Amino acid sequence: MNGPLFPLAVFFAAIFTSNILLTNFLGMCSFLSVSREIKTSAGLGTAVTFVMATTTVLNWLVYHYILLPLELDYLRFIVFIVVIAAFVQLVEMVIERVSEGLYAALGIFLPLITVNCAILGVSLFMVIRDYDLLSSFTFGLGSGLGWFLAIMAMAGIRQKLAKARVPKGLEGAGITLIITGMMALAFMGFSGMINIG
Amino acid sequence: MFPVTTFLISVGAVSAITVFLAILMVVADATIANYGEVTITINDDKKLNVRGGKPLLGTLMGEGIFIPSACGGRGSCGLCKVQVLEGAGQYLPTELPWISEEERAQNVRLSCQLKCKNDLSIKIPEELFNVKQYVTRVASIRDLTHDIKEVTLELADPPEMEFKAGQFVQIMTPEYELTDEPVYRAYSVATAPKDTKKISLEIRLVPNGICTTYVHNYLREGDEVIMNGPYGEFFLRNSPRDIICIAGGSGNAPIMSILLDMAEKKISRKTRYFFGARSVRDLFLVEELRALEKELPDFQYIPALSAPLPEDSWQGETGLITDIVAKHLPGGENVEAYLCGSPGMIDACVKVLTEKGVPEELIFYDKFA
Repeated sequence: MNGPLFPLAVFFAAIFTSNILLTNFLGMCSFLSVSREIKTSAGLGTAVTFVMATTTVLNWLVYHYILLPLELDYLRFIVFIVVIAAFVQLVEMVIERVSEGLYAALGIFLPLITVNCAILGVSLFMVIRDYDLLSSFTFGLGSGLGWFLAIMAMAGIRQKLAKARVPKGLEGAGITLIITGMMALAFMGFSGMINIG
Repeated sequence: MFPVTTFLISVGAVSAITVFLAILMVVADATIANYGEVTITINDDKKLNVRGGKPLLGTLMGEGIFIPSACGGRGSCGLCKVQVLEGAGQYLPTELPWISEEERAQNVRLSCQLKCKNDLSIKIPEELFNVKQYVTRVASIRDLTHDIKEVTLELADPPEMEFKAGQFVQIMTPEYELTDEPVYRAYSVATAPKDTKKISLEIRLVPNGICTTYVHNYLREGDEVIMNGPYGEFFLRNSPRDIICIAGGSGNAPIMSILLDMAEKKISRKTRYFFGARSVRDLFLVEELRALEKELPDFQYIPALSAPLPEDSWQGETGLITDIVAKHLPGGENVEAYLCGSPGMIDACVKVLTEKGVPEELIFYDKFA
């Protein structure tokens, strides 16, 4: 399972069979709170995809070139968090400086996802599953796109849901969680197709 | 054996990574986020040179120009609108919920969200230049009800403030347990404009409210309070119409100021004041209002309780404030209305008043954001 196509397999697996949100239930807080509108969901989804793809690469480098040689791999939690937070803030500053349109569409969401658990989760899975650099990148990119897919699907459903008669006690987070569970069940149909460790 | 080298390496590595990133952030802040000096032109006339990169609301405040804002720059009240003629760039998603189509056409922006990244040309109503920052001292604090306190402030510098009855001021909560930066919140003045040296505010405790908790639990007589104002379009209009006032809780404050001002100026228009509360323990300043009934030629104070307690032995009006207003108001053609309270109460009352025929443009209100 380590052929030349492995990074590609990881990419598709991260989107469908091992969707970070629907199989691991990571990144739920922003998923629940921002999935009200398709437009904002797309902005947040893009931001998550970008941050996941870049921070997995950064964290891979930090892990393999700093932490492992020094036998400090048990410090990966704290180091990964700091790297992600600093990187996201830096990107926000740069985007705000260079592109107004990009800032309005994407940059405004970056502070929301600095402490998103899905982003830390992707970096940690990459270590547990012992991916190489390329696979880590495709895993990060795929996980981001998988998250994007999940939140877009949810936003679409919730826009229809606005016209539905939801029982009073289930309005808001309640019905959203139930729908997330159903979506997760649907995604279980993909399970077993690709095994990525 | 304690592995000293392991200890040193781990601490050293984490410190090195953190220090490296911190230095990177400091450098980025000084270069990427440094927008240098920008010029803000106000009403094609006044020019301000300021340090760029910060939101317009705070930047203007630093220059002594105060745009009304109730939430203190979090983008949750939508009050700090400013017309930006040049240099604003495109709207941010955080502004859009507050900006109507018309305002978009006029380039109205939320000044707490818009950052000064380049030269700006903005338009501000002239009366906002009257808004000043005041240093005041707490003259007294007393309980009006179990959760509302009356705070009286004595103006020190400048020593006097001109305002219209019904307008509000913003007071500053310094850094303390609940906030790590100074926060401004808006409160209506409850005293008559005649007294320009001393004003009172009525402040209801909101659970976990940054400013209300500070006022209720930390503020003491003699303390210094920074405030700015006056703001607002909520004041008595000049007309021969009958007046309906409706308030709940600390919404009493601007109405009190208006009534005291009417007594002062001997305005004899027919006036009814409906005050909504749950039970007797939520009523306050009743004696003062009864005294105004004697002083003003045609004024009636009508408190309405929604849930009087058995021990209240309540003789007055009972029920929802909207029903009581509907009961006492035969027709609204010759009425103008002044409302202050929670958004829910105001929306419900506006509905009742318009159904009664009160012209919508003559219903003035001050919603708690």
